[in-house]
Amino acid sequence: MDEKRLDEIISRYDYPSGRILGILRDIQVSEGYIEKDLLRLLAEKIEVPVSRLYGLVTFYSFFSLQPVGRHIITLCMGTPCHVKGARTILATLEDLLGIKGEEESGKYFATTADNQFTVVIARCFGACSMSPVIQIDGNLYGYVTPEKIPEILAGYGWHP
Amino acid sequence: MRIASPEDLDAVRKIGLFKIQPDRPRIAVGLATCGIAAGGNELYDRLGSIIREGGYDIELTKSGCIGFCRQEPIVSVTIPHKPLVLLHHVTSDTAEDVIKGVLQEDIPKNLALCRVKEWDHITGMIQYGEGFETIPDYHEIPFFSNQHKIILRDAGFINPEDITEYIAAGGYSTAFSVLTGRDPDSVIDEVKRSGLRGRGGAGFPTGLKWEITKKAPGSEKFIVCNADEGDPGAYMNRNEMESDPHMLIEGMLIGAYAMGISEGLIYIRAEYPLAIERLRHAIREAKSYGLLGKEIFGTDFSFDIKIAIGAGAFVCGESTALVASIEGKIGRPHPRPPRLTDSGVWGRPTDLNNVETWCNVPVIMAKGAEWYSGTGVRGNSGTKVFSLVGKVDNPGMIEVPLGTSLHRIIYDIGGGGAGGKRVKAVQTGGPSGGCIPERFFNTGVDFESLLTMGSMMGSGGLVVMDEDTDMVDIARYFINFAASESCGKCLPCREGLKHTLLILNRILAGKAGVEDITLLETLADTIQATSLCGLGQTATNPVQTTLKYFREEYDALIVQDLPDGGR
Ligand SMILES: Cc1cc2nc3c(=O)[nH]c(=O)nc-3n(C[C@H](O)[C@H](O)[C@H](O)COP(=O)(O)O)c2cc1C
Ligand code: FES
Repeated sequence: MDEKRLDEIISRYDYPSGRILGILRDIQVSEGYIEKDLLRLLAEKIEVPVSRLYGLVTFYSFFSLQPVGRHIITLCMGTPCHVKGARTILATLEDLLGIKGEEESGKYFATTADNQFTVVIARCFGACSMSPVIQIDGNLYGYVTPEKIPEILAGYGWHP
Repeated sequence: MRIASPEDLDAVRKIGLFKIQPDRPRIAVGLATCGIAAGGNELYDRLGSIIREGGYDIELTKSGCIGFCRQEPIVSVTIPHKPLVLLHHVTSDTAEDVIKGVLQEDIPKNLALCRVKEWDHITGMIQYGEGFETIPDYHEIPFFSNQHKIILRDAGFINPEDITEYIAAGGYSTAFSVLTGRDPDSVIDEVKRSGLRGRGGAGFPTGLKWEITKKAPGSEKFIVCNADEGDPGAYMNRNEMESDPHMLIEGMLIGAYAMGISEGLIYIRAEYPLAIERLRHAIREAKSYGLLGKEIFGTDFSFDIKIAIGAGAFVCGESTALVASIEGKIGRPHPRPPRLTDSGVWGRPTDLNNVETWCNVPVIMAKGAEWYSGTGVRGNSGTKVFSLVGKVDNPGMIEVPLGTSLHRIIYDIGGGGAGGKRVKAVQTGGPSGGCIPERFFNTGVDFESLLTMGSMMGSGGLVVMDEDTDMVDIARYFINFAASESCGKCLPCREGLKHTLLILNRILAGKAGVEDITLLETLADTIQATSLCGLGQTATNPVQTTLKYFREEYDALIVQDLPDGGR
């Protein structure tokens, strides 16, 4: 993200309530993660210590400091998705994409060797009636089964 | 156009009515998050191109979600003077059939779910018409007939991105009469008498909270809408905002007027991009009609709403953490008092209410406290919206009077276990709630009964578990959730949950002895009694209820004679 775009995002928030998290969210949504240098630049611009921004991005699970692959697959690990087999979906994704990650404190992060896919987990997209649910680059897929995954991934350039 | 008189409101209502009931056929695709995930956007585009290419005189629009998720994508069709027909499982492949059916006034049988001859928006009535006798009536579909829609009265019927349709259904006329004709204190009194209790989980009387906020010293105060909905498995608030955002805005407007507050905030979770977009759009619309901003309805009352976005922390639904988050801080709760009503956002007195609580306000003021409290049970008036999910045959978004039995919800509306499996339990109240076994399904869902069962109302997620669900695994799931969402500030919650998780892991691995169960029980009681905020105080409910009701599943995993006592 260049400085101009950052300025544009900052300018969206002229109201104090919700300002800092709003800016961070827009960066996260636009880039898929928050680059450390960008965090420093942002700190300067909005006159907030970088340590405080760092604290925020590590506390809130919506943010990520790690670079991500080209497509982001977010697997829902909410209760309905859990009881309907989200873990099997994760295992299938790991298997097909050849990745392995550890779930720790509600976070999971793994990127394929070719940098095409990053898999992360989330808690509930509010589409629980169609659980289990995954989201790829913002598109939701419901009623996911291990059998359906290859076809879904193929839509994002994956092949066996 | 700025609405400043009953005539203005009426003029807009006519515009909206003509959109809901045009003089030509109208097709509306259910496009909330769930409808979109089921392929709604592709369907919408396909319908659009067929209409364009054929040059047909058909109005294509979008609607919110009617809640019958199992049947999605859902499309509603209105042909002048005929009943509105809900179509189900419509796909791009059957789009041609829909258009043909509309043009020939002969709806394909296999696509028709039911027909609606007239719809009671409560704040207004829409007559559609007679005909299509072979299609079942709305009231003949058990999923619908066992519900009582007050809050969801517009969802699925109006276009949530068009304020005129909300006004056509009677929207904003209540705010108009309140702002132009009622004394603010009498509004608080009406809400108090209605018996409305907070829908965010704790069930605190809303009118009383308003009164306390109003009496708090200071002139600059805030009202805040809690749209954090962090409970996984609950999506009522998402649907309410996506399908009918103006109901929330009207509720906040009336509340602001009653409390004499001119600044409003909606704190919404980042995981709901569509709801954020629709709210932003709705706020812009309301401003352009003079329903938000300065001198609303031409009175000297001003009120504005801003949106603050959360960032994925369950604890931020807790009131004091929510305030910290709005102020751009880490969302860690602080002990109360001070309560928000004394010192909330930026240290100013703040009234915080859940999305659905606000949505109850317009109808209370429109129909009166007596009418409102006629629904529900003693001390629990009105309805509650639930997301009925998990291993249930008809998952969806439903609304029933408070006090309705779990049996009625899960069997009569939900159709029982998915795929004919036996239902074992239902989890209410999310991570703070508990698992209620099938043998207690005569329990009515109201604030007190659920507490008696060791569970909680929470925000309204009902996750059904069947015979295949492992209850110890569920307990571990929730403890893992709570442990990772603990903000880390107080010791019982931070360390206690971590150890609870370790014990549960040991039990599930078949490496635990009887004394581990005793330890689990003591630990759970301690965490409950000594945690700082609601997160920790309620986090062990899933463990305590599964221990109480499904002890045999724990026992089956216990190793009787562990050589080293299990360690
Ligand atoms: C850990 C925790 C999470 C909560 N999450 C929510 C939430 O997502 N939405 C909500 O409205 N209330 C939530 N609450 C309850 C709020 O603290 C508060 O009671 C509520 O928003 C007040 O609104 P009401 O009176 O309209 O229910 C939560 C409470 C706790 C302790
Ligand atoms: S639990 Fe997965 S979408 Fe809600």
